[in-house]
Amino acid sequence: MPQQLPDKRGHFGIFGGRYASETLMPALIELERAYNVAKKDRTFKEEVASYLATYAGRETPLYFARRLSEKLKGARIYLKREDLNHTGSHKLNNTLGQILLAKRMGKERVIAETGAGQHGVATATVAALLGMKCRIFMGKEDIARQAPNVVRMKILGAEITTVTTGTATLKDAMNEAMRHWTARIRDTFYVIGTTAGPHPYPAMVRDFQSVIGRETKEQILKQEGRFPDVIIACIGGGSNAMGIFYPLKDIKEIEMIGVEAGGRGIATGMHAASISAGKVGVLHGNKTYLLQDDHGQVSDAHSIAAGLDYPGVGPEHSYFHSTGRVRYVSVDDEEAVQAFLCLSKLEGIIPAMESAHAVAYAIKLAPTLGPEKVIIINLSGRGDKDAETIIERMETHS
Amino acid sequence: MTGRIGQTFKELKERNEKALVAYITAGDPSLEKTGEIILGLADAGVDILEVGVPFSDPVADGPVIQAAARRSLQRGTNMSDILDMIESLRDMTDIPIVLFGYYNPMFAYGPGQFAKRAKGAGIDGILVVDLPPEESVELRKYTDEAGIDFISLIAPTTSASRVKMISEDATGFLYYVAITGVTGTEKPLASRVREDIASIRRITTMPVVAGFGISTPEQAAEIAPLADGIVVGSAIVRLIQENCQKNNIVTIVSGYAKNIKAAIGQNRGNRA
Repeated sequence: MPQQLPDKRGHFGIFGGRYASETLMPALIELERAYNVAKKDRTFKEEVASYLATYAGRETPLYFARRLSEKLKGARIYLKREDLNHTGSHKLNNTLGQILLAKRMGKERVIAETGAGQHGVATATVAALLGMKCRIFMGKEDIARQAPNVVRMKILGAEITTVTTGTATLKDAMNEAMRHWTARIRDTFYVIGTTAGPHPYPAMVRDFQSVIGRETKEQILKQEGRFPDVIIACIGGGSNAMGIFYPLKDIKEIEMIGVEAGGRGIATGMHAASISAGKVGVLHGNKTYLLQDDHGQVSDAHSIAAGLDYPGVGPEHSYFHSTGRVRYVSVDDEEAVQAFLCLSKLEGIIPAMESAHAVAYAIKLAPTLGPEKVIIINLSGRGDKDAETIIERMETHS
Repeated sequence: MTGRIGQTFKELKERNEKALVAYITAGDPSLEKTGEIILGLADAGVDILEVGVPFSDPVADGPVIQAAARRSLQRGTNMSDILDMIESLRDMTDIPIVLFGYYNPMFAYGPGQFAKRAKGAGIDGILVVDLPPEESVELRKYTDEAGIDFISLIAPTTSASRVKMISEDATGFLYYVAITGVTGTEKPLASRVREDIASIRRITTMPVVAGFGISTPEQAAEIAPLADGIVVGSAIVRLIQENCQKNNIVTIVSGYAKNIKAAIGQNRGNRA
């Protein structure tokens, strides 16, 4: 039997761990204990499963993208439709799990960071559902480019804190959420949105997102009678990718590809490709690949997709990179935009700009494979929120 | 082996005095000024200096120290230059110096190389905010060997069993975080500090200093008797920022430190 990771201290090989200030340590230990009990508790598991089915609308379909496959004249492409999950992305899988846990732990309020706003909306949604106070930290830059999600969070009753430090994007929102948590540690549960942060977050978020991969496994066996050849998912912090990869990782014949945001191109330095172009370091409680300078100062990330605009990556992805289990590649802003438009026009599915990165890589890969091959793209979210970004881009390029 | 930090606490105890620990961010407004301010603070009676290594993502710091770190990084401050600056002061002062910061800049330097270079530069201790005992081995296998003290934080949220683990592991002194929050954002509550430090003292005989949020001579006088010393950080960093254009910045900062030192001296022997 393969070794279960992370180890007791939250390490995935040399990655992960718990690099946190002492004020947070007792809360992280408390969370770890509570989660370890909850994940084995039948009542808790049934509660999560029940909300996923009757509230989130799971399972989400695995859809054969016929016109996209035909156009690319290669592998058959399936889309795992996380865009059809309630709130419009995979993020709800995790916030339902974490906030049900928070409730169980007797916490009264939740906080979260958000980049694209999808995690913020998913947190605000479950906070409303379970009657908890909610505060969302969001960078000023992201508030401007993801306005529809900001409105949704407000409608749901969340308080929004605008973060103006640094590049005023996801990393800075996370810094500010951690500072706030430090001051309100006793009554507040911090709902981290991705497979990053200090232990036990990377493992806990992975577990809550693994529903994606478990469903995919059954669905593809039913529809194709076999496992896929390739699974492709976009990587910011990496929660949607981990969700679909993890339950299938031991099936060796499946090639797994994580697509990082290449921004304006890796060579320009204006990107968010932590694994492809970063170095190992410590940020936000864990050791992982980071964009940083020679002196250990974390660099600013750049991506057209706010949800990928993060200079780090979940530690288990760094581990999968080190073992070679997952191959990490990148596509740039322009390729993502083209994929966004292509999928919208061919299939009538407007993908989130984040998910469009996975689509873009599939568009490159599919024609190189024969029609007997099967590719699954994790379509992690829907793209209504990106309408303005696309309009601006089309106007400036036309 | 007792280093300069241990020696300092021993002497303070013999004189029945409390330690004044002063924090400044290296490179704000410039490394040259930081050097001058360190010498001024040492002359003003500061017992231990904490020199902050600026980091891009200071999650344990409030707005004042965040801004100082940002200004310093904008000027291009880095670990090598900070250590060079400190080494250059060692002909002029023996004050114990603790390097205060986050792990990534030390990790990026290379833990082994960092320990060697820091010792060579005359660093007495390190306090790495995001490196709890559970993760510290990677760095401490080098810094312990180099004889650099590993100062640890204890928070109001730390349980008795963790205080035991941390204090058995730490060297130099313990830094009690007097507020539940980030640096310089709230005022510590004396009753809480008294209670927590009393609990710490039941577990360890290691010196305990209190910090995060102490800014006025009155607060210093109130908190110092409860501990073996106090740390003043954000207040000094703010003073430096407000006076960075002035020629007499060193005098201003030293004057402030003298007032604090005098205030904690008045309560001498009044230990709770």
